[in-house]
Amino acid sequence: MANIIDDETIEYVGILAKLELTDEEKEAAKKSMGEMLDYIDKLNELDTTGVEPMSHVFQVQNVFREDVVTNGDESEKTLQNAPGVKDNMFVVPRTFD
Amino acid sequence: MEKKELLSLSATALGKAIRTGETSAVEAMEAVLGQIRETESVYHCYVTIDEEAALKKAGQIQKKIQSGELTGPLAGVPVAIKDNLCTEGVRTTCSSKILENFVPTFSAEAVKNLEKAGAVMIGKTNMDEFAMGSTTETSYFGVTRNPRNPRHVPGGSSGGSAAAVAAEECFFALGSDTGGSIRQPASYCGVVGMKPTYGTVSRYGLVAYGSSLDQIGPLTKTVEDCAAVLEAIASHDLKDSTSIERKDTDFSAALIKDVKGMRIGIPRDYFGEGLDSEVKDAVLRAAELFRENGALVEEFDLSLVEYAIPTYYTIAAAEASSNLERFDGIKYGYRAPEAEGLHQMYKKTRSQGFGAEVKRRIMLGSFVLSSGYYDAYYLKALRVKAMIRKAFDDAFAKYDCILGPVAPTTAPGLGESLSDPMKMYLGDIYTISVNLAGLPAVSVPCGTDQNGLPIGLQLIGDCFQEKKLIQAAYTFEQIGKESR
Repeated sequence: MANIIDDETIEYVGILAKLELTDEEKEAAKKSMGEMLDYIDKLNELDTTGVEPMSHVFQVQNVFREDVVTNGDESEKTLQNAPGVKDNMFVVPRTFD
Repeated sequence: MEKKELLSLSATALGKAIRTGETSAVEAMEAVLGQIRETESVYHCYVTIDEEAALKKAGQIQKKIQSGELTGPLAGVPVAIKDNLCTEGVRTTCSSKILENFVPTFSAEAVKNLEKAGAVMIGKTNMDEFAMGSTTETSYFGVTRNPRNPRHVPGGSSGGSAAAVAAEECFFALGSDTGGSIRQPASYCGVVGMKPTYGTVSRYGLVAYGSSLDQIGPLTKTVEDCAAVLEAIASHDLKDSTSIERKDTDFSAALIKDVKGMRIGIPRDYFGEGLDSEVKDAVLRAAELFRENGALVEEFDLSLVEYAIPTYYTIAAAEASSNLERFDGIKYGYRAPEAEGLHQMYKKTRSQGFGAEVKRRIMLGSFVLSSGYYDAYYLKALRVKAMIRKAFDDAFAKYDCILGPVAPTTAPGLGESLSDPMKMYLGDIYTISVNLAGLPAVSVPCGTDQNGLPIGLQLIGDCFQEKKLIQAAYTFEQIGKESR
């Protein structure tokens, strides 16, 4: 395997991805990410000099519209899906002491 | 009408029978719910079914049909919806623990368009978790079985939708296709499935996976149904900034049995190593039928085919890692109990709420987007994407359609795929470049292997050329019917 993913990288990716992996999951992730990156490295066989990265397949313009409310007040319905609610607000765990 | 006969009808044939009074929307819904009661314990196509609401809605629609308010081809026809399309008041899970109890406050635009057409929702179909997978085995709610042989997978990620159509547990279904997730299960289950040109169907209300690749489309019993459903769901929607205004959406007008003079290209690179010989033979027989009926069929080199999978998994994982950041245990969905502080809560919620395949792709996506690797991986993939698009542009300068297999094999056995993700990813080789290039493509049944498992034929068109695909697919289907 050409791409060796070390513990430090997996820790860092875990922080970026906001995932807490068990030791077993970390080992599996190191292996599978290394394999995937080896495979993705195949793209380096292609000379892409001068090729513009294509994010969208069509030549379309950004779409703007007026910022107008069209769906009315749905806060009550929306809050029904929340794991924690108090006084018409989302409840979150303590964020600072 | 007798139940068995009723269930065997196509969606458009049922719509007609309802309009002429041979049957009713309620009778059709009762029949399909009866079928579900009989076979669902084996196939498990659905995650959520609300029988009472479905019957009530069918009754309301029947009145509107009788009063002449609803006259379209799909009025009164029961439909199954993939569980990553938001449905107001009906649980929408993406087959994930993290959304197990999520009830949307609005419906996806495609679902609304079907409601306007008078179609009646039966329930929500099973899928690979967040549409990440090719077998429907990564669902938190358990596997779906292939109705053609329950020891095999139905394909994925729209496996529940394809299986429901094949099992006559609905008359048609909606799926979504990011890398083949409509066409491949359609192929494995022996039904018709189409991925439209990117932007044809609004993605508003579709839970995003790879936004630049995702597109909603129909899974149906016939090509005629496929055209009717596409006609109903295609719309220009200001709520989706990638939605495209298309003038010509009269897809049913392309139901013409004629391929004389149609230029069809067969990419040699689609018939190399890894393609099962029975699949190859069935697809080449189909090509021969086109030739016999006046199409100009020739082989050509598409090129870059082997680079599509690494390009796709880089882009899809990157977009997934960004799109799935919203699942944080605050506004909706699962929240891990007993987490210390906000940051721990995020991490625990996501680690407990997502399955292994979803985590794998989020990790890869986070990595390829991270500082220091962004150019080498993500931008590189976007450059190769441009090259792949160019290869298709060159091909469509010469051909009306590209013809090939949908998948290298027929449906694998249950449990055979998940142990080796790389092998599973390789199975997407013929479908994913279509998503990278934004093209329309359709899967139509073209035979079975020696075990009786269906084989799918894929027809790929240039952007906005769905009508050519429908005409070619319809001709092929009609010729097949006549020769039987």
